[in-house]
Amino acid sequence: MTLNVEHEIHDRRKGRNYGVGILLIGFIAIVFGLTVVKVIQLGDAGKFERFDHVARPQLVPEEGAGE
Amino acid sequence: MSDISVHEQTYEAGMGDYFALLKPRVMSLVVFTALVGLLVAPMPVHPFIGFVAILCIAVGAGASGALNMWWDADIDARMKRTAGRPIPSGRVQPGEALGIGLALSGFSIVLLALATNFLAAFLLAFTIFFYAVVYSMWLKRATPQNIVIGGAAGAFPPMIGWAVATGGVSIESVLMFALIFMWTPPHFWALALFVKSDYGNAGIPMLTETHGRKATRNHILAYTLLLVPVAIGLGFTSIGGPFYLAVAVAMNAWFLKGAYDIWRRSDADSDADKHRVEIKVFKISLYYLFAHFVALLVEAILRLYGLGGWA
Repeated sequence: MTLNVEHEIHDRRKGRNYGVGILLIGFIAIVFGLTVVKVIQLGDAGKFERFDHVARPQLVPEEGAGE
Repeated sequence: MSDISVHEQTYEAGMGDYFALLKPRVMSLVVFTALVGLLVAPMPVHPFIGFVAILCIAVGAGASGALNMWWDADIDARMKRTAGRPIPSGRVQPGEALGIGLALSGFSIVLLALATNFLAAFLLAFTIFFYAVVYSMWLKRATPQNIVIGGAAGAFPPMIGWAVATGGVSIESVLMFALIFMWTPPHFWALALFVKSDYGNAGIPMLTETHGRKATRNHILAYTLLLVPVAIGLGFTSIGGPFYLAVAVAMNAWFLKGAYDIWRRSDADSDADKHRVEIKVFKISLYYLFAHFVALLVEAILRLYGLGGWA
């Protein structure tokens, strides 16, 4: 006995592939949405730079700046 | 059908089979109570962050459901109610369920931590651990008090919702936890009184099997009596108010009357009318929990218009 070209299992696999695709798109949407909301909540988007764990000379106060 | 043998050998789970692993019906209760916990909290939460938080709590609850099904596949196969679940029916392999359970647990906890705060994520992690390890692996097969202590897992969601908004734990969230915690035993024991044979077949030490049905009736009344002060007490906190208190008094009187009716009956009475009262009280218990959380939500909405609460 051979599997038909359009066996029921292909439908199920297709459904699963679409399901995984939708979940991945949903995940991207969530991460993007969270990023937008969190940055907007900071009020000043410039503050976001402080959280990227990269040393930025422009953020280091100059010596004697407060004197 | 001529292709049945091929069908059996090559069965691959569909999306719906994986979704069934997450116990969608339990998830709906978790989503509802967590949402109420989040909405009644005094701090507003950005709607999108609130949505992601509830999604994480739902996925975390689903993950613990998948882990529970992985661990309990042997006893699920022996009970009529659970024999059709994805693993005992052969639609999903046990290893798949374990993988999905672990992956979704990690995913939901990390995302909740990033989206909200570490306390909420810790509470979610503890809930998953409590349900999958403490309840499923340890208590369920060991003691007839399984659902008393295991009920804590189902009681955490409003506390997590509250922690999402406030970043803390307070008397209000502890009482919301206690309300579900104390409600769970009478709710499940009423169920056990009319589906007793199923648990016995699987060798789960339900109170009805180990201590008898009379003792179960006593326990239902005792736990309902202990539940009443918790439910009423919640009405005097910052999230309660006259409306909640009125609902709580009415629902507690109704539930207590039901528990008293169960306590008063003999098994002969119960068998004679096909467990009519037990089934009725089980249904009342569902309305009971729903009404309390809806009332909390109504108080929160009234407060927006300066009407709710005690102030």
